[in-house]
Amino acid sequence: MRYAAPLTTKEAVSLLANAKGKAFVLAGGTDLLVRMRGDYIEPDLLVDIKRITATQDIKKSANGFRIGASVPCAALNENAGLVKAWPGVVEAANLIGSDQIQSRCTMVGNLCNASPAADTIPAMVAAQASAVIVGPAGRRTLAVEKVVIGPGKTSLKKGELIEAITLPKRPAKSGDAYLRFIPRTEMDIAVCSAGVNLTLDAQGVVKAARVALGAVAPTVVLVPDAAKAIVGTKLDSAALERLAKACEAACAPIDDKRGTVEFRTEVAGVLARRAAKIAYERAGGK
Amino acid sequence: MAHDTSFTNQNFKMVGQRRPRPDGVDKVTGRARYGADVSAPGQLVGAILRSPHAHATIKKIDVSKAAKLAGVKAIITSADLPDLTNGNRGMFDILENCMARGRALYDGHAVAAVAAIDAPTAKKALKLIKVDYEVLPHVTDVDEAMKPGAPIVQPHIRTSGVEPPPKKASNISQITNFGHGDVEAGFRAADVIVEKSYKTEQTHQGYIEPHACLASVGPDGQGELWVTTQGHFVFRNTCATLLGMEIAKLKVTSSEIGGGFGGKTHVWTEPVALALSRKANRPVKLVMSREEVFRATGPTSSTSIDVKIGAKKDGTITGASASLRYQDGAFPSIWGMLGAMTAFACYDLKNVKTTGYDVLVNRPKVAAYRAPSAPMAAFAVESTMDQVAAKIGMDPVEFRLKNAASEGTLSSYGPTYGPIGIKPTLEAVKNHPHMKAKLGKNQGRGMACGFWFNFGGQTCSDINLGADGTVSVTIGTIDVGGSRASMSLIAAEELGIAYEQVKCTIADTSSLGHNDTTEGSRGTFSTGMAIIFAARDMIKTLRERAAKTWGIPVDDVEWKDGKASAIGAKHKKLTPLSLANIAASAAKTGGPIAAHNEVVADGAGVSFASHICDVEVDPETGATKVIRYTVIQDAGKAIHPDYVEGQFQGGAAQGIGWALNEEYIYGADGRLQNAGFLDYRIPVCSDLPFIDTQILEIPNPGHPYGVRGVGETSIVPPLAAVGNAVSNAAGVRMTHVPMSPPRILSALKAQRTG
Repeated sequence: MRYAAPLTTKEAVSLLANAKGKAFVLAGGTDLLVRMRGDYIEPDLLVDIKRITATQDIKKSANGFRIGASVPCAALNENAGLVKAWPGVVEAANLIGSDQIQSRCTMVGNLCNASPAADTIPAMVAAQASAVIVGPAGRRTLAVEKVVIGPGKTSLKKGELIEAITLPKRPAKSGDAYLRFIPRTEMDIAVCSAGVNLTLDAQGVVKAARVALGAVAPTVVLVPDAAKAIVGTKLDSAALERLAKACEAACAPIDDKRGTVEFRTEVAGVLARRAAKIAYERAGGK
Repeated sequence: MAHDTSFTNQNFKMVGQRRPRPDGVDKVTGRARYGADVSAPGQLVGAILRSPHAHATIKKIDVSKAAKLAGVKAIITSADLPDLTNGNRGMFDILENCMARGRALYDGHAVAAVAAIDAPTAKKALKLIKVDYEVLPHVTDVDEAMKPGAPIVQPHIRTSGVEPPPKKASNISQITNFGHGDVEAGFRAADVIVEKSYKTEQTHQGYIEPHACLASVGPDGQGELWVTTQGHFVFRNTCATLLGMEIAKLKVTSSEIGGGFGGKTHVWTEPVALALSRKANRPVKLVMSREEVFRATGPTSSTSIDVKIGAKKDGTITGASASLRYQDGAFPSIWGMLGAMTAFACYDLKNVKTTGYDVLVNRPKVAAYRAPSAPMAAFAVESTMDQVAAKIGMDPVEFRLKNAASEGTLSSYGPTYGPIGIKPTLEAVKNHPHMKAKLGKNQGRGMACGFWFNFGGQTCSDINLGADGTVSVTIGTIDVGGSRASMSLIAAEELGIAYEQVKCTIADTSSLGHNDTTEGSRGTFSTGMAIIFAARDMIKTLRERAAKTWGIPVDDVEWKDGKASAIGAKHKKLTPLSLANIAASAAKTGGPIAAHNEVVADGAGVSFASHICDVEVDPETGATKVIRYTVIQDAGKAIHPDYVEGQFQGGAAQGIGWALNEEYIYGADGRLQNAGFLDYRIPVCSDLPFIDTQILEIPNPGHPYGVRGVGETSIVPPLAAVGNAVSNAAGVRMTHVPMSPPRILSALKAQRTG
């Protein structure tokens, strides 16, 4: 196995594009190293991207935020501007594993691991986040919900890597929230989850909404019907009930060791309802 | 953390004090050496190939490719472990569990093993071994395994305990009956009867340290084994027997142990490591992965239990019966029998009958897990007790008090009790502020009682006096719960010296006589007894040496406050002699000063506990949070209260995990789906509340200080205490453990839809 730690994205892309055998990108390593040690994968090449400047920080601009691919999740929590603008995204990133894991793991790693139960993906999808992809053919931007195409599978082509995640500029009176269900209180993987992102008008009526669910289908699902159910409302109980029903209708989960179809479907609706209420409060709704 | 000493009338100086444990600094600084922490020059790495099938005939094992791989030094299969068990079926079962012999009996059953120069080579070699399996039908559920036509796990098994002895093979290895009186007449006399069925899933002890050993066998037939174990003497006997070695020529040294809870009372990989070492003529280190620990060591039984209890309106139980079906994994054992013995042990019953079934399934061999079999039986019985109390409109604590056993009660499993603590624990529950605390929305409270037998067994210990007057205490029961601190307190108490003057060490198997395994809550009880007697012997010697030094009759010398003093006015000029004084002149008075005691420690007093639990259940998700928990248990006499409380809290923590989330999940293919801590969910710190404890001391007349074992009883009530609390919070009776969120949510739904 070869290990490389290039200093530029271009160099990393070249290493990945020319790799023979199985090549993997290493950032925090909290998924990759576990899979290597558990004998699930035997890489021929590891490309460590942590020394690439473009992956290393969180930048705020007129267009929103840009979060580098090797920024550990714990660092999101230390960026006051980001916490204020996207509390739901930050809380999702800080639910992964433990404090120790969060000091290593990254949102891009969470995205590329492509688990249906990834915590940051529903929050990013609700937030309308995009991935900045660099490859042999150049640079492109892709909506986060289009990155993952199945359990463990992404739409990235050979030689491509994600350099950063961007979050759009925040309109006034906006809020987001992410909730997951786990049987424990920490150190666990979502049985199902929900991310909700809302913008209100001056009267506190929901003007725009995005609702995304995790662990209820092969990929994270964006649920436009759930958004429709609450747009134009102040989240009265009837609207919340419609939201939950729309979420339940969007679920196509499996029975496995972590939960049943019935449980995941019902609780996804409950979580969406609860997350919507939190997002609403964060947006200044009363 | 109440510690009620009102039952005690002895004036102890050292016993009962909370002193720092002698192994504490090493453990918190990482200096302590556990199973995997020792290496030998030239050592190889051992690895085991395991069956991916729940049940299969092994038609052929081809190791030729693996043998050719550079760096592979030895490969073994069952052919390298010939049957030397001489007709001892129990010993043969251990051999077969260590390495499959023509049949793989469960997912994870060892099939072959290699020793290689490093871990990657060993892993590569495993992949090169070709095993030709013929997959057989399997059964993993206890009730399914009992049905006619179920796949037979062990064709030689004929059910014992039925007349006439059956001729056909069965998965039921034994049926056992306990009780007295006439239960049918009892039920006829009842005003109310509750009859209910329960299920509990399989759980693992979850010790953090995986099994690990370093084995070395030379061409001269002598060997050494460094191993994490609860009983190195028993490991030595078993390994020597299986490998055809002489017992005295195998030295087993126990490492520090990172948890055992019964799971390290059995050998799993140690005979394999020794056989690899013998074949390679190099030391072999073998460390299990977590996945191997789950798939191929000894979890506790999954069960299916029916309970029927009838009572008069005044709360008197007139009849009680239970049918308890426990799976033993792929090898017969006594787990169903223990369930049947413990089920009603808390109560004074006129008519009681229990039947235990030991059932074979294609799962790993079941091993002891802290008060093995009692928690599941208690879950079924104590859940039913609450329902009977509700039906007659009686407070659950009063109902239990009315029927609780006491001194002179004929127990449901045979013996008549001496002085016991069940009633005092119930009285303590009644008076505990926890019982009066207000509950909020979606919250519920439950309580339950539990029993464990406790065990004494064989022990021997040495005490040696150092030249400076310090004292070495050498024991052969390994320390899994702080017993070195307790043994030091006991030696200091007897000798009348400071705790700091004593150092307690665990000897290897060549340095001390046989000691039974640390199990059955016997460590402090039995080894403590041997140390008391050895110390009293040493005092006799010390008095003799002082008498010799002074040239006076030994009867004129007494041992007082850690010193030899001459009695009487005629000796008033003689200054008392300390241990250091006596040690300094030992060469002139008869040589080294040592004492020894060996004992079969009979008289282990039975142990009872009552637990109180508050939970909050989220009715929309089925999630349960334990918000308050109190353990009240009789310790007989708490030698070191910190470690008694530690046992109380540890058992409760494990029981809460079992009650709420832990379970072995098997797929339809008979493979274990969750062989890791991610999906086998033991509680993490934030899942548990502070667990409060109250130590009661009802002295055990079978021990000089009144000690009862405390290590196990604490895991008996939690399944039921949590179950009663959850049922009260959710408003629906939970009968299936673990009470995981999906189970609670579907029970709530079933109730809503009628």
